[in-house]
Amino acid sequence: MTGPATNERMTRLLSLVPYLTARPGGVPLAEAARDFGVPERQLRRDLDLLWMCGLPGYGPGDLIDLAFEGDRVRVTFTAGMVRPLRLTTDEAVALVVALRTLLELPGLAEQEAVSRALAKVSAAAGHAAERVTPVALSVDAREQSLAVVRRGLEQGRALHLHYYVPTRDERTERTVDPLRLLLVDGRSYLEAWCRRAEGLRLFRLDRVDDVEVLDEPAAPPPGVHLRDLDNGIYQPEPGAPVVRLRLARTARWVAEYYPVEDVREVDDPPGGLAVALRTGDLAWARRLVASLGGAAGVEEPAELAGAVAADARAALARYGEQAGA
Amino acid sequence: MSAKRAERLVNLVIALLGTRQYVTAARIRATVPGYEPDDGTARADEAFKRMFERDKAELREMGVPLETGRTSVFDTEDGYRIARADYELPEITLTGEEAAAVGLALRLWESAQLAGAAQSALVKLRAAGVDVDPARALPVQPRLDSDEPAFEPCYTAARDRRVLTFDYRRPDEDAPARRRVQPWGVVAWHGRWYLVGLDLDRQAPRVFRLSRVVGTPRAGGPEGAFEPPADVDLSALVARQAGGEEHLVVVRARPGTAVGLRRWATPLGAGPDGDDRLQLRTTEPWRLADQLAAYGPDVVVESPQAVRAAVVERLTRLAAMGEQA
Repeated sequence: MTGPATNERMTRLLSLVPYLTARPGGVPLAEAARDFGVPERQLRRDLDLLWMCGLPGYGPGDLIDLAFEGDRVRVTFTAGMVRPLRLTTDEAVALVVALRTLLELPGLAEQEAVSRALAKVSAAAGHAAERVTPVALSVDAREQSLAVVRRGLEQGRALHLHYYVPTRDERTERTVDPLRLLLVDGRSYLEAWCRRAEGLRLFRLDRVDDVEVLDEPAAPPPGVHLRDLDNGIYQPEPGAPVVRLRLARTARWVAEYYPVEDVREVDDPPGGLAVALRTGDLAWARRLVASLGGAAGVEEPAELAGAVAADARAALARYGEQAGA
Repeated sequence: MSAKRAERLVNLVIALLGTRQYVTAARIRATVPGYEPDDGTARADEAFKRMFERDKAELREMGVPLETGRTSVFDTEDGYRIARADYELPEITLTGEEAAAVGLALRLWESAQLAGAAQSALVKLRAAGVDVDPARALPVQPRLDSDEPAFEPCYTAARDRRVLTFDYRRPDEDAPARRRVQPWGVVAWHGRWYLVGLDLDRQAPRVFRLSRVVGTPRAGGPEGAFEPPADVDLSALVARQAGGEEHLVVVRARPGTAVGLRRWATPLGAGPDGDDRLQLRTTEPWRLADQLAAYGPDVVVESPQAVRAAVVERLTRLAAMGEQA
């Protein structure tokens, strides 16, 4: 974490000779560049620099020596750089925490392999991994559906889903062409082409009641664009109608949870927030407002407030009957 | 970093790795290329000293175990060396499956806080001869919330065991309050980041949501100022705060409605009015009351009385909303 930009090249320079040492037959330059995550141009610059380095004396027999054969490079003299530098605390934390997280997602990777990798990595990390790890990731594990969805993806086959849609409070059945699994903010999603809706959809795995892999191959239409996750999982269409809410203090979390615009602090209610949400799904907005139990007032559209209130009056009537009023 | 400096640092590492003797700064200046030569002037001495201090700091920051000491009692000043056993990453051999698990695990950090550390860990493992292919066939896109400015200072303070001071604003309070904490770690739980630590003013463990931290947390005092409890489970502490005592709630739902509740309810058979009786277990009765109110007239709470009253209270507020609009 400390100064990654400065250290990045040094880490690479100290790793390149050991990398080539571990591959005595030589490596294509393009492959090495990919492994180090840099353009081939940069890798050549790094190799040129290393060629100038070596043991004190710095004569022909002291300098690191590399052999280029066609597009391959191999090392012929290491100047004593045969192993990479130990893992830093941050690197050990990144590895150990990520592997522990995979252990919580049993459908996603072979658990025994993850456990063995964790043990080996911890041993190699040594003291860097011994202390209480200062980071933990906790994810929502849906073992069974995750394993089935993964199989569908690996085998390139269509899936049949029983899926719960909360905004309409209904169970649906549909056949989808799976495209990828997403683990976003601790939840697992399947991104797939839905044949029923004829569109790209995200399915939250904790809402999948049942899933099976079909015999037929997955056939999403060509040219489907996967969504860009940089703006989060909720991506309202910019042109969608505006719902304006006034959130009381206890409902301020809505502004942290959903993408909102025009956020303003207001005094009525005290400590409140005025926000605008964009959604084409009024049924969703109705459920949201109702579930806030009065802690969110609707400024716009008026019919939303009316619908929520009418539902509530009908419900109160039922309680009244039962209370014998 | 300039190519000249990178070259000098690589040569310095090679020279100090290649000796068992401690090498004095003067000797390093005379042998390793790129240092200000000794021309007898104080200006040149000063320039060398500055350069060498910067280089030592850079190497130590990268985790290079630079030792200082004297080889014999006749030496008049300290020298430097790098013990190979402390420098080198120990042997690590991973099977194809284990390496795939590591590759998949590290993708968790792809867009998140430890992305740089994950990338350099990957580079070192590859340099150790492990073939890690993160782009393996399975299309999985993990993503953590990367937009959390408080993460870095909190993580760094927890890693270095330094006391952290920050302003924290709970959503139900108007003004942020100053907190002093021994940070034990940072936890991603259900998609949100939390800081867990000992609140020094309350002398009790506390959980803080990072998005509610106002401004930049400041670390103070020495490193290693405390030690978290050895058996601390950070995720469990966060989960416990979110969880609580379990309550049993019985509701009546009109046939065919409340599909979402039925997904996790225990059916108790039909009630006298033909409604389905459902039993629900929850650790968060007030959140459940929010959900139940959102079902409107389809769901009526039978027991306990407290939850029933809570739902009626919510419905009363919602019903009043229509009158204002």
